[in-house]
Amino acid sequence: MTTPDRAVPRPRGRFPVEIRLEPRTAQPRWLGLAVSTGAVIVALLLGAIVMAAAGGDPFRAYGFMVKAAFGEAGVFSDTMVKATPLILLGAACAVAFSMKLWNIGAEGQFFLGAFGASAVVLTPLLPPETSPWIMIPAMILAGMLAGALWGFIPGILKAKLNVNEIITTLMLNYVAVNWNNFFIYAVWSEGGFQMTHKFPATAWLPRLADYAKQFPQLRGLTTHLGLVIALVAAVIAWWILYRSRWGYEIRLAGDNPRAAKYAGINISRNTILVMMLSGALAGLAGMSEISGVVHRLQGSISPGYGFSAIIVAWLAKLNPLAVIPVSVLFGALIQAGREIQPSGVPKMIQGIVLVCLIGSDLLLRYRVRILVRRQEA
Amino acid sequence: MDPIIILQAGVASGTVLLFATIGEIIAERSGVMNLGVEGMMLIGAMTSMSVVLATGNPWIAVLVAMFAAGLLSQIHAVIAIRFRADQVVSGLALNFAGIGLALVLGETLNKAGALSLLPAFSIPVLSAIPVLGPIFFTQQSVMVYVGYLLVPAAWLFINRTRPGMHLRAIGEFPAAADALGINVAGLRHLYVFIGGMLAGLAGATISLAVSPGWFSEMTTSGQGWIAIGLVIFAQWDPVRAAVGSYTFGALRRLILDIQGPTTILSLRNPFYYMPYWGFFLEMLPYLFTIAVLVIGSREAMRKRLGAPSALGIPYVRGERGL
Repeated sequence: MTTPDRAVPRPRGRFPVEIRLEPRTAQPRWLGLAVSTGAVIVALLLGAIVMAAAGGDPFRAYGFMVKAAFGEAGVFSDTMVKATPLILLGAACAVAFSMKLWNIGAEGQFFLGAFGASAVVLTPLLPPETSPWIMIPAMILAGMLAGALWGFIPGILKAKLNVNEIITTLMLNYVAVNWNNFFIYAVWSEGGFQMTHKFPATAWLPRLADYAKQFPQLRGLTTHLGLVIALVAAVIAWWILYRSRWGYEIRLAGDNPRAAKYAGINISRNTILVMMLSGALAGLAGMSEISGVVHRLQGSISPGYGFSAIIVAWLAKLNPLAVIPVSVLFGALIQAGREIQPSGVPKMIQGIVLVCLIGSDLLLRYRVRILVRRQEA
Repeated sequence: MDPIIILQAGVASGTVLLFATIGEIIAERSGVMNLGVEGMMLIGAMTSMSVVLATGNPWIAVLVAMFAAGLLSQIHAVIAIRFRADQVVSGLALNFAGIGLALVLGETLNKAGALSLLPAFSIPVLSAIPVLGPIFFTQQSVMVYVGYLLVPAAWLFINRTRPGMHLRAIGEFPAAADALGINVAGLRHLYVFIGGMLAGLAGATISLAVSPGWFSEMTTSGQGWIAIGLVIFAQWDPVRAAVGSYTFGALRRLILDIQGPTTILSLRNPFYYMPYWGFFLEMLPYLFTIAVLVIGSREAMRKRLGAPSALGIPYVRGERGL
């Protein structure tokens, strides 16, 4: 595998320069960060070109976005609210992708998690006057279970029947949205409106603003306890992946399935378990969003968090700890993007970022040598 | 609720899936998996709407849409073929980038309706055939007829021509093809481009014929992904792709039409009186895609059929493996 490769791109004609790709045997530590940063900068420049072509002023737009995401305490708090589900969903994707399980159904698992948590309050499984100390853990559990179930379906199909998980997870996203809509419109609808009634306050995750009486500077800040839950979950996901035996199995199965099989790792059991863990993390994100932000179940609870999370996980190199800062950046993009025209800009920038990232991967795996060939007689 | 009318509309709606599915079959047969179909379709739909609004000529719009989507596919081709990156992630990236670009550039387009649609017409003799005539050959868009021609053309090309043999060779055993002097990388670029053009054609067929207009992401509403599922069900064969596509098209129409009438077969229509049950109907295409995948995967396991051997694997001369 380490033989230098002379084939691609093929030297043509008498072009005096040859580009040679030589596989790297080791990566310097700084290289990954440098290449990723470069890729993001290139992506922002490309995005600027498209915005300019569409008739906007890209640099004013970027300046505006930085201000709208980090400019003052209030908007920074909103940015963290957007980053919260991204951390959980990014960790969910990172866990699954580490085993090369392409779970692109985090969005659907997020919706099911929101459904599961709502079911506790609205069925109601617990009466509204239940202490928050019981209510919140019950909602967390229900959200994670529902998300895990949504991950279990593609997991078992992949493990037992070798059904492509990319498509099943994606299809289940659409099923999840319709499932939630049925309950929002028909079962739990409040007076025919497209949302359920507001949860009792015992089912709310506390916000910073709730402590404004003691600390006046917290007035109006919307960051909620979900952020702490997300940080804890990300650390646990990191510990599982990089410090536990199970995580070693997951990563080995992802890097080299054949070696993993010979080492006695049960691939099909791990496929199911990893998909369930991934789904549970995504379900937790759904719970945190309805309990911490909207306080009711409604249709529009996600501007595509589950898809952004794929890019977050990739930018974080599948490391759940690195997912945290990347999520803040993407939270900022989503937060600021709500006020920007054309409204597709955040989605486009995310897409271009992923294109540049996967393209720049080349620089991590290969050393690019440019050779000037001597004149052949 | 005339079944003939539903099937007739289903054929038109299935044509969209047919173009996208055959495009992906051609790309995958060459060894490159492109998950960006949805994004390329949206670019096709957006471009065709823009061009038709600017020029009033739907034919130019279709051609430009195909070219635009083909051009977009080359981003994936370069990353997957030249940079040897993971094709799953690269395809997802292309998908996101395509959707984002289409949303930004399509921001100012009219939401519904197009000024000039592709023409629809009947085929003189064939439309007189009972049952089949009205379904397949009466007042269909020209794109539907293009679809009928594409199926045998694609099958013959893949299975009965020399370039088609090269296509299969670079997807099954690129090292052997390379040894015979076939330009593996160049041909893979070409077939990814053709796959992209067909996805663009699918998008243009939506916005200029099947459901005219531009409805941002709802224009395609996941059909690109259904097409990728159909490729597996079709086992990379254009004829099976046609069966799957038209069946799905009919299903999509049935779901739309079943919610309209007050009675079905003189029974009270539950979907009319309890419209919320329609949400379960709308899950059906996606659940069917999963069912179809399960069927396809089981069959593939039993018959030991499967994807092209080199699917998703970058080819590097001199490296071991396929």
